[in-house]
Amino acid sequence: MFDDLSERLRGVLGRLTGRGRISEADVDAAMREVRLALLEADVNFRVVKDFVARVRERAVGEEVLESVNAGQMVIKIVHDELTTILGAGDRTFRLAGSPAVVMLIGLQGSGKTTTSAKLARQLIKQGRRPLLVAADPYRPAAADQLQTLGKQIDVPVYRAPAGTKVLDIGRGAVAEAKKQGRDTVVLDTAGRTSVDQPLLQEISDLAKALGPSETLLVVDAMVGQESVAVAQAFAEAAPVTGLVLTKIDGDARGGAALSISAVTGLAVKFLGTGEKTDALEPFHPDRLAGRILGMGDVLTLVEKAQEHVDQKQAGELARKLQRNSFTLEDFLGQMQQIKKMGSIGGLLELIPGMGGAAKEAQAAVDRGDMKRVEAIIQSMTTEERRDPDLLSGSRKRRVARGSGTSLQDVNRLLKQFVEMKKVMRQLSAGGAKRGMLPFGPRR
Amino acid sequence: MSDLDQGVARTRQSFVGRLRGILGGPLDDAAWDEIEETLIAADMGAGLASRVVEGARARRDLEPELAVKNELIGLFAPRRTTGWPHVPGNGTPAVVLVIGVNGTGKTTTVAKLGHRFSKLGAKVLLAAADTFRAAAIEQLEAWAKRVDLPLVAHAAGADPSAVVYDALDAAAARDSDVVVIDTAGRLHTKSNLMDELAKIRRTIGKRLPDALPEVLFVLDATTGQNGLSQARAFHEAAGLTGIALTKLDTTSRGGIAFAIEDALDVPVLFVGVGEKVDDLLEFAPNDFVEALFA
Repeated sequence: MFDDLSERLRGVLGRLTGRGRISEADVDAAMREVRLALLEADVNFRVVKDFVARVRERAVGEEVLESVNAGQMVIKIVHDELTTILGAGDRTFRLAGSPAVVMLIGLQGSGKTTTSAKLARQLIKQGRRPLLVAADPYRPAAADQLQTLGKQIDVPVYRAPAGTKVLDIGRGAVAEAKKQGRDTVVLDTAGRTSVDQPLLQEISDLAKALGPSETLLVVDAMVGQESVAVAQAFAEAAPVTGLVLTKIDGDARGGAALSISAVTGLAVKFLGTGEKTDALEPFHPDRLAGRILGMGDVLTLVEKAQEHVDQKQAGELARKLQRNSFTLEDFLGQMQQIKKMGSIGGLLELIPGMGGAAKEAQAAVDRGDMKRVEAIIQSMTTEERRDPDLLSGSRKRRVARGSGTSLQDVNRLLKQFVEMKKVMRQLSAGGAKRGMLPFGPRR
Repeated sequence: MSDLDQGVARTRQSFVGRLRGILGGPLDDAAWDEIEETLIAADMGAGLASRVVEGARARRDLEPELAVKNELIGLFAPRRTTGWPHVPGNGTPAVVLVIGVNGTGKTTTVAKLGHRFSKLGAKVLLAAADTFRAAAIEQLEAWAKRVDLPLVAHAAGADPSAVVYDALDAAAARDSDVVVIDTAGRLHTKSNLMDELAKIRRTIGKRLPDALPEVLFVLDATTGQNGLSQARAFHEAAGLTGIALTKLDTTSRGGIAFAIEDALDVPVLFVGVGEKVDDLLEFAPNDFVEALFA
């Protein structure tokens, strides 16, 4: 997610660790790199200036120079400052009134319509009855898009005939929600460019008329230096209560979040992590700060694992690893657990030092490698899965036919399996590194 | 925060007035630093901005303003000024494949391009190969009706390569001069989607080996440094022949275009400056740079 910035800072600050004391020159060198990295992450240059100055001031202080582990102190300061900025403001998602009104605003193409549907889906999970409202009468087929998404998640969509004024759409939607017994209205407003005064006025009128309990500004993670000016323009037009940072599943570093929070004090409330309607996640500033620094997001990982991993099975697996009796059957089981947890790339990224592996693993999933492996193992008999040595040439050919793959594919999998067993044995013997295995024994 | 607030408000002022103001006075280190910051604020990127300033500072023979402009112009790739899109001849239609990440304005650009070619007297056919995003086909249908152009579309969820193949067949049957193809927005990091795009590109090559299609990358002017990694990935998957820089009517300056042209030698050919069908202009490098100083 934010791995480029992580690597950058680690590269710089890594030089500072392992030495007892750091000089002012060391701090300056580090700060130059921090500045560059933040600018490349599209953090607003004024925010960068301010940030670097504060970190520098704290880092060069006596406290650091005389402490034993100076490098770690610098990392901690940068981490603290990032967390402070990202954690500014209120992240609670509040709904009040009947119906409660949620308004989504933002630039064109930032992902408002998709986010509306994701939010509605999450509201249903919380036991609410949302009504989606197509309040964008300008973009061709915007209402159709919302309607299609509404159908997918089984949420009714309110739309008005073309030419209806936005204010009337809003009022009509609230009346309709009352009639249908819907307790939350999610308004997907028209995208706009920040310079468009009439449209900003329209948002302002809509907010005044409906008194939304949440007005979320949707921000594309790829946006550049103008993010702050844009956010300020929207915040002037409507009482913005928080941000949604979208397209964070790309490789944009999302400095916009840091910039906007620093200047407006608004908090990120949700992250958009994919095109499907379930790809909306809550935002955790400390975790994100940790991730920016490449310290890994171990907390999220543990939570995800707890949600999905069958504890008994995990324990069993650990024992098997130690006895070296890990079979292809276990391998298949493990793979199915990974799938339950969602994106492999996202998961591996949570582990320190696994940024590159994350990309590769996700690419493998995207290519369908995992499906192929699954098919191959499922085409084996139980005996073969437990003892791959049974697989003679003719058996392998049968497996290849059965799984719709080639003999080479089968051979490659078997070779990889042997390699993997070797690595796992080393890891579990290594002890300290055992924590790297997301599905290994949890201590 | 008030200090910071003010600072940011200043970035909203035109690039321009500021640079003028700076350039009017004596140029000490602080002034050059401020020029560099101004370039960074235009999304040019910190590394490139510093290179431009260094280059300009070394030109003692030129006025600072001219020196900076010279450096900026020098970043642009060479471009064909006429003959776009490439016309293969022998009755083979010209093909324009429009690609990019989500939400940059591809569909709108497809409609504007179609309208533009049509006004120049060409027989245009549009193809709706974004079969993924909800209502993308309806959106292009609405545009096609508005600009009065024929459209080839399949049902939602269809194979985009099949849509393209059909569109090229239809173009042959209707004797079209140019086919403009809309594709689904895709994040450049999703390798399966980039493979799909490469396949679409291959499909054109298979159906019309002589077409030499134009591959137009649509870039949102509000995009920051990620624009370069987007352009790289799309270039690798489909071989870009041009860029359309959209949403230049926002307060963003689109400075990432400098970095992309500099790194990939792919020229910006069009700029999108509004939501109406005529709001697609030819890109003029000199004007683009001058606009930063106007």
